[in-house]
Amino acid sequence: MAGRETPALAEAAVEGGADVVELGFPFSDPLADGPVIRRAAERALAEGMRTGACLECLADTRERVDVPLVPMTYSSLLEAYGWERFEADARAAGATSLIVADLPVDERPELRRVQLVAPTSTDERIGLAGAATDGWLYLVTLTGTTGARTEVSSALEGLAERARRLAPGIPLRAGFGISTPEHARAAAAVTDGVVVGSRAIEASEAGPDALRAYVRSLRTALDA
Amino acid sequence: MSATFGAYGGRYVPETLIPALDELTAAWRDALADEGFRAELDHLARTYAGRPTPLTRAARFAPEKRLYLKREDLLHTGAHKLNNALGQAVLARRLGKRRIVAETGAGQHGVATATVCARFGLECVVYMGAEDMRRQRPNVERMGLLGAEVRPVEFGTQTLKEATSEAIRDWITNVETTHYLIGSCVGPAPYPELVRELQAVIGREARAQVLEAEGRLPDAVVACVGGGSNAIGMFAGFLDDAEVELVGVEAAGAASLGTGRAGVLHGSRSSVLADEDGQIADAHSISAGLDYPGVGPEHAFLRDTARARYVGTSDEEALDAFRRLTRTEGIIPALEPAHALARVDELDAELVVVCLSGRGDKDLAQVLERA
Repeated sequence: MAGRETPALAEAAVEGGADVVELGFPFSDPLADGPVIRRAAERALAEGMRTGACLECLADTRERVDVPLVPMTYSSLLEAYGWERFEADARAAGATSLIVADLPVDERPELRRVQLVAPTSTDERIGLAGAATDGWLYLVTLTGTTGARTEVSSALEGLAERARRLAPGIPLRAGFGISTPEHARAAAAVTDGVVVGSRAIEASEAGPDALRAYVRSLRTALDA
Repeated sequence: MSATFGAYGGRYVPETLIPALDELTAAWRDALADEGFRAELDHLARTYAGRPTPLTRAARFAPEKRLYLKREDLLHTGAHKLNNALGQAVLARRLGKRRIVAETGAGQHGVATATVCARFGLECVVYMGAEDMRRQRPNVERMGLLGAEVRPVEFGTQTLKEATSEAIRDWITNVETTHYLIGSCVGPAPYPELVRELQAVIGREARAQVLEAEGRLPDAVVACVGGGSNAIGMFAGFLDDAEVELVGVEAAGAASLGTGRAGVLHGSRSSVLADEDGQIADAHSISAGLDYPGVGPEHAFLRDTARARYVGTSDEEALDAFRRLTRTEGIIPALEPAHALARVDELDAELVVVCLSGRGDKDLAQVLERA
């Protein structure tokens, strides 16, 4: 989540082995998110992290790390800021791409962004998402909101198989409910990478060292 | 963009919900084309819900006008919400869903949903803001008695906005078994259009009734607007009658159409109370059913195309109208339609029909507290 500590946290994550860093731009009513990310968003908003401050945070983070940076947010912020203006300003501040959690592939098709597909997605929509996506395809592993779970969802294998077939050549990264090194290894076995949100945010709450150690544990599991 | 009402509407939801929305849209289109569906709804309306509701002349409330009240307060469960809940329950059954999730503000939609779930044997979970549970206790009790599980929502404003977000999160998590029985003409397509069509019975009946009583169409039709379902149902009967003025009345502290801006909330692009960054603002109203910072996208469209106009009523004015209707007509309105009643006197119209969207039993404690 974008905030005062974010550039240092992003640096710590990259030192721990992260390949990409997502920055949450908080929204007051994040309906795709479970309690951890929702509470992190509330704190960020209370700290004053409005769109302008989030873009500055992105620019500051850009100066600290070399990996792709991907703002993640909700349509309401882009509607208020201006859809094209947001895309342009985010890229100017150092964003490699964008994720908009409540924007399915057929809404605002002109906005270049990472598309998400879910276990419930039809084959047709997976194909559309693969064709439209900016760089990689985000596989939502489970039918649910963000948040750590005890097991990696069994729906992932089927979704990954369909995505390989229907979006050939597009890198696949699995997210939602991935928190432990075991989860990461299991998810990475059928995809090209994993996205960790809620558990990383929890680790961040204990500071950059805790985050670095946590990311390192995931990195180790993936490289094993 | 898949917007349905000019630039408003659309489906601003996570991908996970799109297949369910596509399935619902297909089932809705099939149902509309099916004589059997309409016949079943009509039968339920007449034998279970208590339709048609009367159109009541209110000569003492507004002596300077010829005022009629469309009596949705007399519908089973005490508000117009049942028109929508019945229709969606039949649809859910056609979709093979056994579990229903809903949000509720004042509790009337929660009660209507719990009612149809009891009638149809469906599992029922209703999300309600903790603040709303406090100020609408009788409805919380009714839902429990009817067999619904009421889940309090204890963050944010603890009102309808958060309850709606939680209902959507539940639907995302349980989409394969669950139908989201949304309570108003809000949300992603096809909900705004679907809810309007189910509530349009209000306006169609009212139009026929006023023609029979007065031999002419009304000068103005007035309804309160929270999410906007009783108003859109009422307006639907008169949209093609250009000479009939359509007036929507919001709570002054929750005037999404009056003081809001274009934004995206709960799955649709509409007019919302939000700051310049698109962060949703807190709404404030004495009435739980109007206490919502969004509104149905079709209302935003009607406002922009000047087919309808939208005004506000303060808490005090609503309380005053509540007491006045009670004392002059012997009808205790819900606080929500009291907002509409408060604006009748100033209308430049002689023959007026107001949608009395619900009865005021749920509001007695609040009103007596302020006496």
